[in-house]
Amino acid sequence: MSAAAIRIDDLAFRWRRKGPLCVTLAHLAVDAGKSLFLHGPSGVGKSTLLNLIGGVLLPERGGVELLGQPLGKLSAAGRDAFRADHLGFVFQQFNLIPYLSVLDNVLLPCRFSARRAARAGDPQAEARRLLGELDLAASLATVPAAELSVGQQQRVAAARALIGRPEIIIADEPTSALDASRQSAFIDLLLREAKAAGSTVVFVSHDERLAAHFDEKLALTAGAAQ
Amino acid sequence: MSALLRLALASAWNRRLSLGLTLLAVLLAATLLLGVERVRHAARDGFAQSVSGTDLVVGARTSPVQLVLYSVFHLGEATNNLSWQSYQAIAGDPAIAWSVPLALGDSHRGHAVLGTTADYFTHYRYGERTPLRLAEGRVFDALFDTVLGAEVATTLGYRLGDQITLSHGAGGLPGMEHEDKPFTVVGILAPTGTPVDRTVHISLPAIEAIHLDWLGGAPIPGLSLAPEVVTKFDLQPKSITAFLVGLRQRVEVFRVQRRINEFRGEPLLAVMPGVALDQLWQTVGVVERALQALSWLVLAVGLAGLMAVMLAGLNERRREMAILRSVGAGPRHILFLLMLESFVVSLLGCALGLGLVTLLALTGDGLLARFGLATLPIAVNAEEMQLLGIVLVCGLLVSLLPAWRAYRLSLADGLIPRL
Repeated sequence: MSAAAIRIDDLAFRWRRKGPLCVTLAHLAVDAGKSLFLHGPSGVGKSTLLNLIGGVLLPERGGVELLGQPLGKLSAAGRDAFRADHLGFVFQQFNLIPYLSVLDNVLLPCRFSARRAARAGDPQAEARRLLGELDLAASLATVPAAELSVGQQQRVAAARALIGRPEIIIADEPTSALDASRQSAFIDLLLREAKAAGSTVVFVSHDERLAAHFDEKLALTAGAAQ
Repeated sequence: MSALLRLALASAWNRRLSLGLTLLAVLLAATLLLGVERVRHAARDGFAQSVSGTDLVVGARTSPVQLVLYSVFHLGEATNNLSWQSYQAIAGDPAIAWSVPLALGDSHRGHAVLGTTADYFTHYRYGERTPLRLAEGRVFDALFDTVLGAEVATTLGYRLGDQITLSHGAGGLPGMEHEDKPFTVVGILAPTGTPVDRTVHISLPAIEAIHLDWLGGAPIPGLSLAPEVVTKFDLQPKSITAFLVGLRQRVEVFRVQRRINEFRGEPLLAVMPGVALDQLWQTVGVVERALQALSWLVLAVGLAGLMAVMLAGLNERRREMAILRSVGAGPRHILFLLMLESFVVSLLGCALGLGLVTLLALTGDGLLARFGLATLPIAVNAEEMQLLGIVLVCGLLVSLLPAWRAYRLSLADGLIPRL
């Protein structure tokens, strides 16, 4: 597992054909099992970069290579399947489908990816185990996600990202809705579980103070990341 | 795929109120569409079968529609009567199995009075050759007996043994009453959904009897014959309005019709009631088409509602769609989810609408008969399946716009909805 989990070279993307470049990134490589802190204030194209890594958008120039697989060589449906099999996401907010139970939310990736379901072993038991590891009471499993507090919702989202041990976990400002005291606790939990699963973590935030938790750090700047 | 179906179900359940109302709109539209279609057929059949089993209707020469209007529907007036001798001469034809004379002209509180013979109750048929049936009492026998149609009895509240008096002509003019010769209700017919329900039946001699002391359409001043006296007179009618003919063999119908139309004694007209009823239906067919157009409009409103609800719900569902994309759903899954939803709503609407119409057809008999409609058909025919197919296709077409918008949104939003 010495190969780079994520490798980006000479990346450029723009929304409109003649519009300005929204994202440029000369080089980015994260080794498998490592954690990367991507720092950038809002408006530097973080969301766009995440969509590029997720395979939802394709770059104008350059390429994104995940686990040795260039995303540009996959069809749109192939990229969707790749995302389901190998990536876990935690977003800033609104991570959960409100009308599904906590357990069903965690199990979502297993429903779209047979590989994730197989790697989880018994998905139900694995989901409950992860919820337990993330300090969520077992009684919450059957509660509709909408009834949880924001902090609880973020931990459920982490459990969903982790289930089936995807190789890459991408967290987009997952702590910005939490108060300072809970931010560290959440990051520690996420990193601990990611390490246990052997996953590479990319953590995006505007809050530079959080960088200390991570193996590597990269700053994005407007229009271009150095 | 099953994961997607489960999600669609959970998502729909989450929006059950708005979806339920949409379903109701589509259901009502489908019900109306099918209902109008069936009522249309039932009305046409009921109308065409106001008289069945009668091969020819014969009257003084006039237009066929006119003849059927006054002899069967008791609407309007005959311009001419035909003589009893002519009737006798024609009824003697060996091809004719039976004939029933009809004499019209009087009324009872807006209901037509029909003078006829007791044979009328055995030979008159309606619908699928259903004979008339007495709900209570018996056929008239004594001179001043009367048998009422079902509607006459219910709307005027008559029971067996009640006494009624008749009016000359359409009634309403003072001094034009046959009040000196009351009739006794001896029988009430079961409902038929035909003009028979609105008719007061008396015997032919009774028609003669109440007009003995009349001349030129008015009572003869100073002459009044008591009911007991009139029986002493010859009550053989001199003329009748029309008569119904049943043939021994239907194949003879054109020959007999031609013979009657060429009758030398006086100008007569024989029509096949079915043909004349069809002509008559053509003139009221506009209403039928208007009704149909209206039900299509209701369907359009229902489907527009479906589209509006789906479009309005899209913003609410952008998060949901972004989450689904992050766990591996493609834009085509999003498209599928939305199309599936509207398809299921349309399908359920059609199925429930069909169920509702069937239920109405099964239980609504009495209600429909009151409106003069024949029983609604219960089985679905090919035409209705076609209608339901159109509703389904329209449902899918209507969902294309919201589904396409959702597809575009999920492409643009990617994993992070821009709310």
